[in-house]
Amino acid sequence: MANYSTNEFKGGLKVMLDGDPCTIVDNEFVKPGKGQAFNRVKLRNLNTGRVWERTFKSGESLEGADVMELEMEYLYNDGEMWYFMKTDGSFEQYAVEKKALGDTEKWLKEQVPYTVTLWNDNAINVSPPNFIELEVVETDPGLKGDTAQGGSKPATLSSGAVVRVPLFINQGEVLKIDTRSGEYVSRA
Amino acid sequence: MMSDWRPSASLETLRARARLLGEVRAFFARRGVLEVETPVLGHGGSTDVHLASLQVAANTPGSLEPLWLQTSPEFHMKRLLAAGSGPIFQLARSFRDGEVGRRHNIEFTMLEWYRPGFNLDQLIEETTTLVRQLLPAPPARVLRHRYRDLFGEYLAIDPFLATQEELGQLASRHADADMSVESRDTCLDLLMSLAIEPHLGREELSVVVDYPASQAALARRHRDAQGEWVASRFELYLDGVELANGYDELTDADEQRARFAEDNRERRALGLPEVAVDNRLLAALEHGMPEGAGVALGMDRLVQLALDKQSVGEVMAFATPVA
Repeated sequence: MANYSTNEFKGGLKVMLDGDPCTIVDNEFVKPGKGQAFNRVKLRNLNTGRVWERTFKSGESLEGADVMELEMEYLYNDGEMWYFMKTDGSFEQYAVEKKALGDTEKWLKEQVPYTVTLWNDNAINVSPPNFIELEVVETDPGLKGDTAQGGSKPATLSSGAVVRVPLFINQGEVLKIDTRSGEYVSRA
Repeated sequence: MMSDWRPSASLETLRARARLLGEVRAFFARRGVLEVETPVLGHGGSTDVHLASLQVAANTPGSLEPLWLQTSPEFHMKRLLAAGSGPIFQLARSFRDGEVGRRHNIEFTMLEWYRPGFNLDQLIEETTTLVRQLLPAPPARVLRHRYRDLFGEYLAIDPFLATQEELGQLASRHADADMSVESRDTCLDLLMSLAIEPHLGREELSVVVDYPASQAALARRHRDAQGEWVASRFELYLDGVELANGYDELTDADEQRARFAEDNRERRALGLPEVAVDNRLLAALEHGMPEGAGVALGMDRLVQLALDKQSVGEVMAFATPVA
């Protein structure tokens, strides 16, 4: 892989740091009046998800990370591994460990495309689409005619996620959910 | 169709900027300081180890010559002083390669002025007066801080007496990276940038004085109250942003020549390109430049703070990325 100097750092660049692949979140150039310049860099460790801030002397470089983000459909899980398939027509499948799945586990639905991050051809992260449509499998009975703003109640969705929904929502309805905030958006 | 043809500043901002530039000119006109214009292209460059100059190849009569884009108008203005210009100021385009960020743009406007006969105190007074006049809500007080006291206050360390190892450890902690092999000055620069600067210029205009002698650049040196050699230099801070850098100017040609040579030695050691020394500046100093003080002020940053903008790009017609 190529090396990237601090002046090539920008949001989204994938680099290796302390043996882990990272994505650059933010890069700020700092320089005291007459002195050495530095880059204050925020990086997200793609293995752990942890974001941390590091300071580099301007001109230092980091090795690029062999990281790819691919769209893959979720297929099924066997309790140990979760299986995804490329959507490029190759039908190539990847087995993903629970660790790499993280929070995304509660947003899984078959045949929905997810963004899978591959590092050296291993899946290390799975991100859900921003919006997903899921069925309510359990909630208190809906209150007829109550479409006013205000009250909410918990609802369990087919993926296992629990979200706050308006009081008028019934079991069996399909809802549009924002996976970034975990909030109800509308009926689908 | 490409949409990045648009200016990076709003037209309203550009009108406000023009008004502030007008106020700068009026300020110096009232004080009898002459406005000058000097070339941005010169045969000599800045040897400063921490500044990257841009170079161009220009067809001059008879040859293709490498010329330097100035990192500040300092050298040409000093040659005017040596020629007897008296007090002068300039709003000068300056260029520093690689400097891009919220506070930096490769091409920027430097307000620089020189006051023959002034000492550093008089220049600090004039600089803070100008800055306060340009701000819509200037801080009520101007406070001076010694470089050494700031390190004591925010980091509980003495920048002059701390061992290399102590500075390296402290810098590593603040950088979250190993800085133990870096030089004293690099560690001090890092601590100043990350741990001290953000606190400066809050509810006040902060003036920092008595920098380490190793960071004198083109300033004289003197001994402070503790007998330590320090640079006769000040920096001005507002809202955590460095705005200006002033010197009691070095007028000794031999000392200046030695510092240029030392810079280039350090450049070689660091694998940086050497920069052609400005021999015409040295000749001017040998002829005799009047004693006095001079200061460079980042005009774009001042406009940015006066107009409460997030980045310098928002107060420039076209910041480098869309230039």
